[in-house]
This record gives sequence, C-alpha cells and structure tokens, in this order.
Amino acid sequence: MKADPKGVLTGIHFMDGDHACCEGALAAGSRFAAGYPITPSTEVVERFASRVPTVGGTFIQMEDELAASIALQGGVWGGAKAFTVTSGPGFSLMMEHIGYAAMTETPCVFVDVQRGGPSTGLPTLPAQADMMQAKWGSHGDYEVIALCPNSPQECFDLTIKAFNLAEEYRVPVMFMMDEVVGHMTEKVVIPPADEIEVVPRRHTHKSVEDYLPYGTNGDLVPEMAHAGDGYNFHVTGLTHDERGYPNMTPPVQDKLVRRLQNKILNAVDRISMFEEEEIEGADVIVVSYGITSRVAQRAIEVARKQGLRVGKLRLITAWPFPEKKIRDLAAKVKAFVVPELNLGQMVREVERAAAGKAKTFAVSHAGGGVHNPDDILKVIVEATR
Amino acid sequence: MQLTEIRIAGFGGQGVILSAIVLGKATSIFQGAFATMTQNFGPEARGGACSAQLVLSESPILYPYVTKPDILVVMSQEAYVRFGSDLKDGGIMIVEQDMVRVSEVKPGIRVYGIPATRIAEDLGKRMVLNSVMVGFFTAVTHLLEPDAVRKAVADSVPASFRELNLKAFEKGLEHGMLALTDPPNPAEAALLVEYAPE
Repeated sequence: MKADPKGVLTGIHFMDGDHACCEGALAAGSRFAAGYPITPSTEVVERFASRVPTVGGTFIQMEDELAASIALQGGVWGGAKAFTVTSGPGFSLMMEHIGYAAMTETPCVFVDVQRGGPSTGLPTLPAQADMMQAKWGSHGDYEVIALCPNSPQECFDLTIKAFNLAEEYRVPVMFMMDEVVGHMTEKVVIPPADEIEVVPRRHTHKSVEDYLPYGTNGDLVPEMAHAGDGYNFHVTGLTHDERGYPNMTPPVQDKLVRRLQNKILNAVDRISMFEEEEIEGADVIVVSYGITSRVAQRAIEVARKQGLRVGKLRLITAWPFPEKKIRDLAAKVKAFVVPELNLGQMVREVERAAAGKAKTFAVSHAGGGVHNPDDILKVIVEATR
Repeated sequence: MQLTEIRIAGFGGQGVILSAIVLGKATSIFQGAFATMTQNFGPEARGGACSAQLVLSESPILYPYVTKPDILVVMSQEAYVRFGSDLKDGGIMIVEQDMVRVSEVKPGIRVYGIPATRIAEDLGKRMVLNSVMVGFFTAVTHLLEPDAVRKAVADSVPASFRELNLKAFEKGLEHGMLALTDPPNPAEAALLVEYAPE
C-alpha cells in the first residue's frame, strides 16, 4: 500500500532527527500519539502536535509516561497507527506497557531518544545505554524489534520501517535514537507519497462467526478485527487462548509465549538490516550502531590507511540480534571491536554469538558525548595483533 | 569544498541557530554538498549563551562535531572569550564589531568585523542581523555560492520578512566585499570596516 499523500511532506529539507522521525511517523500513516514530553525527544511530539491536526489526527499530552504508553495502545485498538516518544527516565516507566503490547500483540512504536543515565542522568547529552532495556526491560519472555538510525535521513526512513514492522509482526517496535542523531540537522529527502510503501493493518476477512482474535491458522501472526465492525474480541494481559479469553494453564502459556517469541525469531533473516563494508578478508570487524557507527567510520578509515584490514558491520536492527551473522563472521576474523555509548551492552551479544571463535573488544564510553575516534582506533590496532 | 568546521556563537535571540541553518541549507540543498549542524543545548533562552556547530564537506560527513573550527563567527563578547582561542591556525574569525572587542589574535588568523546589529536596525528590524551576518560570511569566506545562500535565506524565513532578510543579506555581502578589498591587519581588523549609515 502507498502512503497517504496528506501526511507526506515531500521535498528536500534541512531538518533534525527528531523532526524527521515525526515526519516519518506521519508518512507511515500514524494519526495518533500520546506522550509526556522529555528532553531530548520533545521536538518529535512538539512537531507532531502541530502537524497532526492538519492531517486529521490527534496528539494527547498525558499525565505521565505510564498513561502515554497505554493510551497509544487504546488508539491502536481503536484503529489508528500510534506511537509514543520518550527518553531514558520515561522509557523506564513504560516498561510495564511494553510488555502489555508484546502480550496483546498491539502493533505500535516506542521512540526512545537516548540520553545519559541512570535515572535523570544527562538530559541534554547522548548515550546508547538503553539497548538492553529495549529488549529485556519488561518482565516475562517476549521479543521486540529495535531499530537504530544514524542520521536524520534514517530517522525518517526507518520510522516508516518501524511502523511497517510493527504491523507486519504485531509487535511493539523500539526506535532507538540517541541525542546526537535526534538533535543533529542534515539534509532529509522526503519522497513523493507514491514512492513510500506502508504496511496496512492485518485486518481479518473472516466472518464474525469464524473469527478468533488470537487464532493463527499456522501463521504465527494473528489477524486483527476492525473495531466497530461487529467482531467480538477481548484484549488482556493475562495468558489467553485463541479467543482472547484468560486461560492460565501451562499448555496455553507455553503455546502463547513460544509463539510470541517465534514469530520474531523465525523471521530474523527477514527483519535484520545491516550495512557491511570490506568484510571479505578482514582481520577485525567493527560492530556499531546509531551515532557511534559514524564516529567509528572515521577510526576505520584511518586504520585502513595504516594498512590494517578492517571491516564494518553496522547494526540497523539491534533486536532481534543477528546472531547467525556474527557466528558466521566469527569463524573468519580474528576479532570484533564494539564501540558503544555505554559500559558494555551489545558487545555482550556479539561475544555470546562469537562463542569464543573470535575475540571481542569493547570500546566503552559512559555517555555525555561521542567517542574520540582515536580511542576506537587504538582498540582496532590492538585487536589486529 | 574541503571539510570545513564552523562555529557560530552569540546570545540566544541573535539568530545564531538560524544562521547555521541557512548556511547548512545553502550547502546541502542549494549547492549539492554535505552539511551537518549540531547545537549546544543549555538554558538558551533569549539572552543566554548560544552556539551552533556546522561541518561542511564535499563528501558525506561522519563525525558530527566541530573539534577545531576553521571559521569562527562570534556575536558576543562572552562567545569570543569562550571560543576565540579554539580557532585553527590560519582560520577566519568573523565578529559583530559593536559587540566584540578583539584583543589578542594569533598570527595568521584573519579577522573581519561588521556592525551587523546596527545595519539591521537601520534596515528597520534588529531581528535580521543574522541575515546581515550570513551575507558577510558568504563574501569573506568564499566557501559558498552567493546565490545558493540567497536561496537558503529566502527559504528559511517567514514569507512576510523574506524581502527584508534578502535586503539584509545583500548589505552583509556588500560589506564583505569591501572588507576583502581592504585586507585587514589582524591586530586591528575588527575596526577596519567603516560603517556609514545611509
């Protein structure tokens, strides 16, 4: 399906990442957001609040992040494509409802413009320290999808992708920006609406009598009913059967929770997006994401000038983690170097997937700025030895 | 265009951020090169310290921050004190000459001054001082095509103030040309551009 031209601000803009994310949401067809503004994400909803009434939608500023993260799910079940926007402290408060979205299979997007933590931390300065929280923050077993843009252009493009993945897999998608990408201004090209692909909601075509809200017919993603069309449906965070009714028995729990995992894990190859460069023949591969991927690129280029064989793997999707990709590369290279604006998060995944076949070096940074490329270079040099 | 790092600094309300947006837009949209702008966040209400960083290049920009600026535009004494010494050897310093008293300047640094605020006031609106500054910048740095910057000015300001901003841009440009024909002595450069109100 093509995007609705009403929401698409076609043209060439000089725009920051926060605003580009907002335009991506509008282009993807989002007409509802609930939020509790917080630096450095405020500009996303500020723009959405002024833009969305002109295209027939609503923004509600809620009383807190708990309310925002559940209001958006009400919007989704009412038929809208919806999202909320926050940063670390608010993201922590939203965890309960991220689990709810995973359990009820509510397609929606959570934008987290990461800043330094823990707690209130560094409101106006960057970090990438919510990466594990994005995956593991809520209780119970569930899978999410997480995307990491590294430019305002990607904030636009990948926000559309985030909404599309949410609809395709009926899963909450974490849009993991960082303060630098959010506040950085660059050229953003917004194509005409008929060049933007959007995934519509998976509405059922079954009769009212035959419809089971969580029936899957072998597929792992159930179809949704259109509110108001006469279908019976029941949405609950309790373990539920195919009718959506609570059924708290081990077999129903096993079937449901495994399906919630498998609908994502079985599709890793289709969901995963990464950018590779000079992987063939590399001794060392630098694995990075978000703003750090750009800083690391500088170090990579200097290392190559020194004659080192350095490859690049940029994670565009951090979750589901491209485990097989890392495992395959681990058999061919000496080491992975993983710079990130935290004290060691995704590096653990790389190390786990490499399973001892290649060494793993972290280049940690507590946040508040970006790496000095020289610090990454030093570790690359060490890793090639 | 080689990789060029620029810092623009002054008070909130002087159009520091808008100046950077105009120059970034001129580069990336109207001149087909690349521009990345970042801004320092803080209590930057009107009157507070404010600074924007701009990296321009012929090829895609990786590292988004300015480390050692090639060009420094300072519109307040505070900004001059804070950032003046960061300027790269052989760099260009552009000052709002009524707001900034330039003291020591490292040899090799070219300093150009313009009373942008007074010029803007004479045009009828103090607010357009940033367009004066942008015009002056365009002339003295030779980094951007004047027409690309002109388009970016027109594209970045409200329609009702477009004409006034373009007029301010041309004034700045003229002053810049004048400053170039009379190469400044670094030590006193900020005082060299004489200003006579019309």
